[in-house]
Amino acid sequence: MACWAAFLLSVGLVNADKLAGRTRKYKVIFSPQKFYACEMVLEEEGIYGDVSCDEWAFSLLPLDVDLLSMELPEFFRDYFLEGDQRWINTVAQALHLLSTLYGPFPNCYGIGRCAKMAYELWRNLEEEEDGETKGRRPEIGHIFLLDRDVDFVTALCSQVVYEGLVDDTFRIKCGSVDFGPEVTSSDKSLKVLLNAEDKVFNEIRNEHFSNVFGFLSQKARNLQAQYDRRRGMDIKQMKNFVSQELKGLKQEHRLLSLHIGACESIMKKKTKQDFQELIKTEHALLEGFNIRESTSYIEEHIDRQVSPIESLRLMCLLSITENGLIPKDYRSLKTQYLQSYGPEHLLTFSNLRRAGLLTEQAPGDTLTAMESKVSKLVTDKAAGKITDAFSSLAKRSNFRAISKKLNLIPRVDGEYDLKVPRDMAYVFSGAYVPLSCRIIEQVLERRSWQGLDEVVRLLNCSDFAFTDMTKEDKASSESLRLILVVFLGGCTFSEISALRFLGREKGYRFIFLTTAVTNSARLMEAMSEVKA
Amino acid sequence: MDCYTANWNPLGDSAFYRKYELYSMDWDLKEELRDCLVAAAPYGGPIALLRNPWRKEKAASVRPVLDIYSASGMPLASLLWKSGPVVSLGWSAEEELLCVQEDGAVLVYGLHGDFRRHFSMGNEVLQNRVLDARIFHTEFGSGVAILTGAHRFTLSANVGDLKLRRMPEVPGLQSAPSCWTALCQDRVAHILLAVGPDLYLLDHAACSAVTPPGLAPGVSSFLQMAVSFTYRHLALFTDTGYIWMGTASLKEKLCEFNCNIRAPPKQMVWCSRPRSKERAVVVAWERRLMVVGDASESIQYKQLTIQVLLDRLVLRRLYPLAIQICEYLRLPEVQGVSRILAHWACYKVQQKDVSDEDVARAINQKLGDTPGVSYSDIAARAYGCGRTELAIKLLEYEPRSGEQVPLLLKMKRSKLALSKAIESGDTDLVFTVLLHLKNELNRGDFFMTLRNQPMALSLYRQFCKHQELETLKDLYNQDDNHQELGSFHIRASYAAEERIEGRVAALQTAADAFYKAKNEFAAKATEDQMRLLRLQRRLEDELGGQFLDLSLHDTVTTLILGGHNKRAEQLARDFRIPDKRLWWLKLTALADLEDWEELEKFSKSKKSPIGYLPFVEICMKQHNKYEAKKYASRVGPEQKVKALLLVGDVAQAADVAIEHRNEAELSLVLSHCTGATDGATADKIQRARAQAQKK
Repeated sequence: MACWAAFLLSVGLVNADKLAGRTRKYKVIFSPQKFYACEMVLEEEGIYGDVSCDEWAFSLLPLDVDLLSMELPEFFRDYFLEGDQRWINTVAQALHLLSTLYGPFPNCYGIGRCAKMAYELWRNLEEEEDGETKGRRPEIGHIFLLDRDVDFVTALCSQVVYEGLVDDTFRIKCGSVDFGPEVTSSDKSLKVLLNAEDKVFNEIRNEHFSNVFGFLSQKARNLQAQYDRRRGMDIKQMKNFVSQELKGLKQEHRLLSLHIGACESIMKKKTKQDFQELIKTEHALLEGFNIRESTSYIEEHIDRQVSPIESLRLMCLLSITENGLIPKDYRSLKTQYLQSYGPEHLLTFSNLRRAGLLTEQAPGDTLTAMESKVSKLVTDKAAGKITDAFSSLAKRSNFRAISKKLNLIPRVDGEYDLKVPRDMAYVFSGAYVPLSCRIIEQVLERRSWQGLDEVVRLLNCSDFAFTDMTKEDKASSESLRLILVVFLGGCTFSEISALRFLGREKGYRFIFLTTAVTNSARLMEAMSEVKA
Repeated sequence: MDCYTANWNPLGDSAFYRKYELYSMDWDLKEELRDCLVAAAPYGGPIALLRNPWRKEKAASVRPVLDIYSASGMPLASLLWKSGPVVSLGWSAEEELLCVQEDGAVLVYGLHGDFRRHFSMGNEVLQNRVLDARIFHTEFGSGVAILTGAHRFTLSANVGDLKLRRMPEVPGLQSAPSCWTALCQDRVAHILLAVGPDLYLLDHAACSAVTPPGLAPGVSSFLQMAVSFTYRHLALFTDTGYIWMGTASLKEKLCEFNCNIRAPPKQMVWCSRPRSKERAVVVAWERRLMVVGDASESIQYKQLTIQVLLDRLVLRRLYPLAIQICEYLRLPEVQGVSRILAHWACYKVQQKDVSDEDVARAINQKLGDTPGVSYSDIAARAYGCGRTELAIKLLEYEPRSGEQVPLLLKMKRSKLALSKAIESGDTDLVFTVLLHLKNELNRGDFFMTLRNQPMALSLYRQFCKHQELETLKDLYNQDDNHQELGSFHIRASYAAEERIEGRVAALQTAADAFYKAKNEFAAKATEDQMRLLRLQRRLEDELGGQFLDLSLHDTVTTLILGGHNKRAEQLARDFRIPDKRLWWLKLTALADLEDWEELEKFSKSKKSPIGYLPFVEICMKQHNKYEAKKYASRVGPEQKVKALLLVGDVAQAADVAIEHRNEAELSLVLSHCTGATDGATADKIQRARAQAQKK
């Protein structure tokens, strides 16, 4: 509720002015919408008359040619932690806006409780104002809505494609990044827009980091060669060169040196042994081997006070991939964490538990194995009931089982060539196919959830996976290749890169709509309690 | 040919007129019209008649009757007048009958004699009584102008948005003006009045004398004045039998006429056909009618729009006809049929003799889900008629649950409103209902209601977290949610409390709550935190410096950095800091101090639980190769190669790796062979590899 805090701050400001006997005119602009609660607060504070309110019904910010953001980072905490549904309506309105602009969506899919609510609210909006989109040719063939809690794992992993890595290292805000002096190799910071307009960036954004440096240096050599051409030029050629090419070359040169600077800075931080071991541990967690070793690694990470957010992230990754921590580890890791980073994080742990990010295996969880056996061997109704009862006990992540079903860990035969990716796993060095993207791939392939029942059940989404197809002969084959993916609670650049890859492979074009661009640090910070 | 012109009579030199009966009035009048107050609505609207018994002093016991007829004399309504004496009647543009009473109260009735509302023209009018009143029409609506017994004017230019305006005094006015009228110019209402030979124009700021251009001399009084419907033209009738016609702005004369009749006329009105260039004034005496005309300029009449026509039909409850017209004109449903049906439904709900069930069913059958029909509006009307149950039934047909909420709240069905608001998915609406409920119910009931609505509960909790912390606590208490109560008190210990005692007390409450929640871990952690706080306080007192709010780890580190090793050890024991952590901690702190002697002593105090590689690493971090090498020799075999590489001893690292016959280690060393002197080492490794492959 960042907006709340800001709003209450402004209320405080007005009151302070009043006490000091100052009279001014105040204007509060609410975006994307004004809430009744805010007006009520103004009234209760007795300053309703002093403040004029306006609403800026802004809902979609185009960050790039294929990325729309609602810029609602608070969505994640408000909904997934506090259960506050206020933003769902905002999402529905954004969808409504898109459908009035681009015609109806003939194929709709979704997974997650919030996805379903947003979808239904949106349908209501469409019905209320029907006639507007009816009869229009659809321009977007498919829309896919997905809740962030369907796949926490992907969002918790360290990013290794360039754009994700830049986000993890420098934090991209609203499509731009502040490169500090260590990148610009001057004494000034520089704000740089990162999108498809930046030709250099556009070529490396989706690349695995290990390729980026080589690519950039090749590019630098080419650039040099182009500059060098001017040596043998006569006056006329030189004039042409200066008037036509030089500006472009200089621009490219500037961008190139910026990205090379960024790369060097990232390399300094990430190619240390620490980072290698971190990645190794993450991969071990994803694959589910050497759990004890990984747990010790995390413990050491905490003991050494490496980083509160990183430690928390690793604990969550361990918890989700393992269906919760075993009670002994749950206690000891938390104790260690409190000793290292301060006792106020007792509240952080309470938050993480509520959101299902860091949980303890229930004593009955040793039955997991038995349960899965029961459901596999016996298919009669009684057994079905048993499993229902189990799953109602606690929302389990079931990551291991899902991973097996969806083949998220590619079989390694030989070296994974990161230069020529063969699947979406390249965004995590070939170790893991992002769950969210795999789900989208599978559903698009089937044009439904058919055959994915078991996965949906394991995701605890039996009631929240939906398909809605309208018989729409008007949809051109071109529009059917266009897919709008809606992430409720945020998506990462790694997921975007993976789906861009899938798009190139299968001839789709993805457009992303997200409540905000996120990464593991942002998720953890949203859950953390810091002393006021 | 004869028959066409036979009934036309000459009027002056160039015009002709004829008389014929348009239709005959259907009414059966009991009273003489002359004894009645009469008001006919514009555009062929209804006619109201009120026998005026107050003129004659006597019959106060007999209550007069107010009759309303259509323009053709069909009776529409008849009611006994039970209120006070009426001075003037008039119809508003919306076909509402305004009855101006002597005491300045204005009663408003509908076309069918249904009482709508009343308003007062103010205290001054009440005190001095109404002498005369006019209802006039402006482009904004209908106005009322009053002449009081004190010979002052008060007016309201739009009775729909009542703003009373008391006009300035007319200097020297001792008796009622001989005639007066309301004028409307430049969107402002004025009064024009005649006193003896003088004319005055009153606006809300001033009273000014005016003179019509070209007025014939010898006038000692004005007997009648008439303004045209559009307020463009004015006619004056003087005591010399002279008629002046000109613009209402009194800037231009159109014509004049001397009729030589000096008796005051009963009535004088402008009349004219739409779009005709002919304007005329009709003057009526007891037994004489005179038409004075002039033909020069066109007058545009605003025509009734189709919407107004439909409104008129609806007012007369001619719903089927209105619908037929809509269908014939192919009006869009929302503007046409839906609107008529909605009006019909609003009328239907007023039929008190039909049961709620039947009314609701009838309405739903007719309306179905016609677009543009708002069931909530109809329900609001039903509620307005006191039929709450019917309103609820009608609301059930409203497809947009959000639309049901405001009325449900008004009807005090807040709980139902809450579930409807939740159904609508509009959290803002839910919140609105919540605040209603909060004021309406006692706390216990309010909380119980919330308990059954998780979505509303979480919304309210969010609000409380920022605005009403105490309420939040009560909410958790009611639910016996000890876990959240514990968290609540922990938060309080950070946010609200400054003093250490207060913080410890808050933490104690939290710990108790955690025990109740059977969350032993949190309870113990909280108790540890209390202990730590007290201790940090003591440390600050005894040693100075900043300890409060540091983590346990940082507290111990601070002690070591301050040279209080004993205290640090004691603290580590008291709080059962695990060995591994303590070693990491001490190692880092001593290296930060660059206390290499103490570090070495520490490293030898017992076997390191974290191995010796971290010692090497940390020394190298502080660029102390000499110290690093000491520890490199103590590193266990698995990490030996790493340690040797760290201190830069590539050759020895190669030897160890070859000894280990470990391929991974070999390639690691090889990747470090970058210096000029490492050539030999690299060769050595390659040879070892080749040898290993042979075997």
